[in-house]
Amino acid sequence: MTPELPEGAIGVETLHMTMRFGGFTALDDVSIRIAPGSFHALLGENGAGKSTLVKCMMGFYHATAGEMLVAGREARVPDPRAAHGLGLGMVYQHFTLVPSLTAAENLVISRPDAPRIIDWRAERAALDAFMARMPFQVPLDQPVRALAAGEKQKLEILKQLYLGRRFLILDEPTSVLTPSEADEVLGHVRALCEAGEITVLMITHKFREVTAFADEVSVLRRGRLVGAGRVADLSHSDMAAMMMGDAAIAEPAPRTGTAGGIVLSLSQARARDRSGLKDIAIDALQVRAGEIVGIAGISGNGQMELMEILTGQRPLESGAITVKGTPYTASRAEARERAVRYLPEEPLHNACAPRMSVAENIGFRSFDLNGSGTRFWLSGREMRKLAADLVASFKVKTASLDAPIAALSGGNVQRAVLARELTGDVDVLVISNPCFGLDVSAVSEIRARIMAARNAGAGVLLMSEDLDEILELSDRVLVMSEGRIVHETTAAASDPATLGRHMGGHA
Amino acid sequence: MSDLGIWAVPLAILGGAIRVSTPFLFVSLGEVLTERSGRINLGLEGTLVFGAMSGYAIAFLTGSPWAGVLAAAAAGAFFGLIHGLICSLPRVNDIAIGIAMMILGMGLAFYFGKPFVQPVAPDLPAISFGWWSDLPQVRAALQVNVLFLIGGVAAFALWWMFRATRVGLIIRVVGDSTDAARAMGLRPALIRTLATAAGGAFAGVGGAYLSLYYPGSWNEGLSSGQGLMAVALVIFARWNPIACFGAALLFGGAGALGPALQSVGVSEGYYLYYAAPYVLTLGVLIATSSPRQAMTGAPGELSITK
Repeated sequence: MTPELPEGAIGVETLHMTMRFGGFTALDDVSIRIAPGSFHALLGENGAGKSTLVKCMMGFYHATAGEMLVAGREARVPDPRAAHGLGLGMVYQHFTLVPSLTAAENLVISRPDAPRIIDWRAERAALDAFMARMPFQVPLDQPVRALAAGEKQKLEILKQLYLGRRFLILDEPTSVLTPSEADEVLGHVRALCEAGEITVLMITHKFREVTAFADEVSVLRRGRLVGAGRVADLSHSDMAAMMMGDAAIAEPAPRTGTAGGIVLSLSQARARDRSGLKDIAIDALQVRAGEIVGIAGISGNGQMELMEILTGQRPLESGAITVKGTPYTASRAEARERAVRYLPEEPLHNACAPRMSVAENIGFRSFDLNGSGTRFWLSGREMRKLAADLVASFKVKTASLDAPIAALSGGNVQRAVLARELTGDVDVLVISNPCFGLDVSAVSEIRARIMAARNAGAGVLLMSEDLDEILELSDRVLVMSEGRIVHETTAAASDPATLGRHMGGHA
Repeated sequence: MSDLGIWAVPLAILGGAIRVSTPFLFVSLGEVLTERSGRINLGLEGTLVFGAMSGYAIAFLTGSPWAGVLAAAAAGAFFGLIHGLICSLPRVNDIAIGIAMMILGMGLAFYFGKPFVQPVAPDLPAISFGWWSDLPQVRAALQVNVLFLIGGVAAFALWWMFRATRVGLIIRVVGDSTDAARAMGLRPALIRTLATAAGGAFAGVGGAYLSLYYPGSWNEGLSSGQGLMAVALVIFARWNPIACFGAALLFGGAGALGPALQSVGVSEGYYLYYAAPYVLTLGVLIATSSPRQAMTGAPGELSITK
């Protein structure tokens, strides 16, 4: 650890920070002052320059112009190591913990002065003493792989404190957390700020978190600082207006029609979970035509396994899936015949062949169809025509139809997969975390498409870790915990506090 | 010769296990070290054969078997270094390079080893742990080579290194998550290259054991795929060095089954018994695989488990 650092939180200020990549200006004359001990939010759409700004501050990029003051003094940050030396630390959106190491091992090895030979007895004593001073705890002896997302995020923050960092940049720290986990983690972070231990700069696009936890906010749009102020003086719509500029946000789609007959049902389904140690047990789950059934839950409580059961990736030990009253084993032929479509989470990895082209990926459902029969020789022309139509109507931004789909941004991969899955008859649609990591305009558009599919008569099963999303879209809400459905309610009668208690298994 | 009856078989298997397991042990420890850093080196079979040749040649030329062992380790480290450096280039697949290195290693060993097929090099020393017994079979079985003991100590040392030293934790970090390693300011390619070189040195020593102790001469048919089976053995041992020690003994014992049965006069299906280690390899891989469950303990960056 670095003893020459001042105790307590430090302030950071950027002055006329500008960053150009060739002819493209990612950051244009941005000056932000973050007072010591404050909780500062950095708002902006994807591509607004938030990441560029913090990467300049952390020394990953070298700003084309402008400078930075740390604790009132001019600071040169040629690389991340120099930033760490100044007491600056960053918690990344994706975890940087090593999954197979225990929490204690992760902490000790992250120290630049980790001893050559580790005396675990002494290190454990030091770690226990450190943890005793912290407002929240994480089990130290389990491999990080076994921790829940919220615990991992807490451990990331603890790691920064353990390393003696006094200014923390949090890059969308709650994107993998449930609302209750997010509130808990941010509450602790806020308490550390109030105690004068640390200063925090949090990148986010969730207004709720800004209002609830931040003192001040700065808003970036297209590389420029377009607004700043005290959170207390700003409303959500003020912030949205600054963030979006003149761009219109799609309104939540209206809900029309009523639920029909049961199209998808699971009964007495049993399967092993990913670790092979626990069971997934769904006694009864039914989805009707023309309704959205939302499954809320903290990640790692069996939602991923349930998705895999429904897509046929995970064998059932007992029980059955029926679609429209007949048994269903998720073969390609069955899915086609009964019009069952899927939008798994992380579609680039779970629903695409990343290095194949956009046109080929869009053609996966239909490339071997010729009218009602199948074909042996493919028709490149028809595949391209279909892809071109769908790319246009779903507004997929791609350089060309022949570009590998992995080259697209997350929102555009999601649109391309949604285009494929929503084309033709859709009677059952199974979705998992459709808006993970997308920006506000992409989110509202994708939710509108899901609602449109429901209104057109599809039965939709929506698994999401984002409770707001569940509440916005669902007709009925189920809560999954420990591999079981533990609560059911209608969307109208549900309240987040009750759902949160069931999600946490305390009901 | 006193008659031990059926007890001669387990005794011969025990002795065989100690004798045959040493190359398995060294190659698998080398492979554990390499794989824990996130690379897989299938070329260790070639390294083993080249180590056997160079160890034998140097032992013959200097008259010292230990100089031979050192030469084999150096040759193995060199092969590992080449593998590691090539795999550090972008878009290079470690498995393909491993197969190429395996064939290269064997080819070079046969080419340079031709003049050493006839000469006789000094053997590595062994320690007699059977002095207390009058039975020649017991004495023969407990004739333990020094390299076996060194290998056993090395297994425990590696286990301790992965748990309680900075270098061990760094290897595990690099092997499990390249991103986390980069975020820590480590250089994954460098660490993997060094781990592959060190792993190659282990495999070279395993080769020296083959040519300098058991069977104890250099010829082209010296290795019977121990280098390849050690890769399977590492998976069976779940990347744990101490488990490698046990697995090497098990595989060694299976390899000794044929000669052991022959010694009591069972000669039917002779070649079938010689296939025992290979059958065991297949059996072990099938028994420990599961279609439903991710392999626990596998380093996250390994190209075969990704």
